[in-house]
Amino acid sequence: MITQISSSLYQQLIDVYSDGLISRSEPEQIAAMRKEAFIRFKETGFPTLKMEDWKYTNLQPLINQSYSLADNVPGKTVDLEKAAIDGLDTYRVVLVNGQYRPDLSDTIAVSGLSIHAIDQVLEHQLLLKHLGQYADKADNPLVALNTAFFESGLFIHVDKNVVLAKSIHLIHVTSTKEPLFYQTRNLFVLDAGAEAEIIESFITDGDGVGLSNTVSEIVLEENAHLQHYYLQTAMEQSHYLNHTEIQQAKHSLYNNYNCSFPGAKFIRNNIHVRLNDSSVESHLYGITLTAGRQFVDNHTIVDHRMPYCESYEWYKNITQDASVAVFNGKIYVREDAQKTNAFQQNNNLLMSDQSAVYTKPQLEIFADDVKCSHGCTMGQFDDDALFYLQARGIGEASARVLLVHAFAFDVTEKFDNMHIRAYVDRLIEKGLVVG
Amino acid sequence: MLSIKNLQASVDDKQILKGLNLEVKAGEVHAIMGPNGSGKSTLASVLAGREAYEVDGGEVLLEGKDLLELSPEDRAREGLFLAFQYPVEIPGVSNINFLKTAVNEIRAYKGLPPMEAKEFLKRVKEKQQLVEFDAKLANRSLNEGFSGGEKKRNEIFQLAMLEPKLSILDETDSGLDIDALRIVANGVNQLRSKENAFIVITHYQRLLEYIVPDYVHVLYKGRIVKSGTKELALELEEKGYDWLKENIDAEETV
Repeated sequence: MITQISSSLYQQLIDVYSDGLISRSEPEQIAAMRKEAFIRFKETGFPTLKMEDWKYTNLQPLINQSYSLADNVPGKTVDLEKAAIDGLDTYRVVLVNGQYRPDLSDTIAVSGLSIHAIDQVLEHQLLLKHLGQYADKADNPLVALNTAFFESGLFIHVDKNVVLAKSIHLIHVTSTKEPLFYQTRNLFVLDAGAEAEIIESFITDGDGVGLSNTVSEIVLEENAHLQHYYLQTAMEQSHYLNHTEIQQAKHSLYNNYNCSFPGAKFIRNNIHVRLNDSSVESHLYGITLTAGRQFVDNHTIVDHRMPYCESYEWYKNITQDASVAVFNGKIYVREDAQKTNAFQQNNNLLMSDQSAVYTKPQLEIFADDVKCSHGCTMGQFDDDALFYLQARGIGEASARVLLVHAFAFDVTEKFDNMHIRAYVDRLIEKGLVVG
Repeated sequence: MLSIKNLQASVDDKQILKGLNLEVKAGEVHAIMGPNGSGKSTLASVLAGREAYEVDGGEVLLEGKDLLELSPEDRAREGLFLAFQYPVEIPGVSNINFLKTAVNEIRAYKGLPPMEAKEFLKRVKEKQQLVEFDAKLANRSLNEGFSGGEKKRNEIFQLAMLEPKLSILDETDSGLDIDALRIVANGVNQLRSKENAFIVITHYQRLLEYIVPDYVHVLYKGRIVKSGTKELALELEEKGYDWLKENIDAEETV
């Protein structure tokens, strides 16, 4: 607790709140929720290494400094080139430091699709129904922090039976000169039978240190389908804390493709999927390529609560230089979740002696008629394979790319969108350290 | 084509090759035989450029070019091919993509444009037949789950595709039954020409009944201790290596 209190971001936040500097006119329900969340955060503070879920994830260096809590230059222009995906036609939605920027986004006039800045629609009945109902139940102090303080983010709603013709491309830009802490809150709701693809790119534009704390709640109603991509291509000065909580109703399908590449110094993703009804399907795929002194931590929970559901999770880490990757995959199969079919696999490829991977598959099964499997491998780069390819005339650099693509293949072949698959393959190629 | 002079090489500070000399001309097939541990596979690895092998002295010229100065990939691009004793399984890399990459990287080295897809596929089909290599295997991951015989056939298939000047077959007969051996040998025989050459490394004479060598050399303690024609192989088969070993060991003590 001592270190908590002395950490300056914590103190800054507590002061801002206690001094009553935040005055909002919000629905009573939201105000009450924020107050309750603030109390929770004030009590626990930022997660520490003593908490099992944060054992390898040291936030101290990040929170032990003060930040600007608001963007000093709202409305600035940003370079979006880094988020471009060849051949992909999308509805582009841009957020700069968490703020929805209609001026940089496409005008979307599609019947059945609505996209709003979340702070503009807090009275919407779907927000009142869902906001804070799921993520705040997970044991993560950062969610409480977000709930108490968030100022911006997106509300996306796809109406019943609407199948979107194009993907929604959310471009999250961190753009700042001085150290900036910002919090984004998203709620995506797909009504019954709706189908959508949401691609979220994270990029940096500007030299300043950024710390982003994002919480997304996703609700899939009956038979809704969502393809959800995370493409993390930000730069070293950007740091990310992401918490995504997915609620799935009967016959719904959720696919998450979580990709991180060399750049952002610190990334922590929590992805929690709650299979709340029978006959739900969830797929979590991850590909992480790290370099330099990067730290990427993916914590996932697949929570089987009802019978006849299927989940499939495959994460691959490739670590270079002195980087660190963490994978923690929890699968719960609750008492009622009979006939569950759950699969989890985590493979790690260490490309250097100094890099490290911490992995922990965790299965907690309370039902007796289920099929669950999990596996984990840890390996080094195969020099014999490299030599074999070289002996056939393939240059060392190409051979390395070929072998790393091959390692990633089990995951990349699952990508539903061919353009993103090609994009990710290229980023892998680009992200490999030569020599 | 290949000229090896006084080649000395070691692994983990242990000297394996102790002054090896060999001249191979275009159109020739040389067999290198020898007891276990004589340095046969070391020779293959050193020529192909495997990193763990340290060259301590001597020179190797491939058509006048200093081979030992080149990276493994450049040796291959210059026309050297090693058929591995233990081909590596590489899951996730398709056989065909791998071959296409190899063919085109070699072409790029020679300043040629990538091979047309149509021509490439035509060549694949033609060469597959040569080694009776199942077309289904070509589309699978490189050597993954292949039987021993399939792996060796794949080596010869690759050899056929890449059309090297000098091919080294490192114990290609090991682990092959008689039918597979015949197919592999048949493939090699069809690839023999006036322009290329082969070094066939083997422990047994059996393979040489199918791939008939012009010259047979016996490697022992890191040097070629006896050279002859194909009859030497028969003699070795009959007498074993001991009679040679005794002679050499006796000389050494003197």
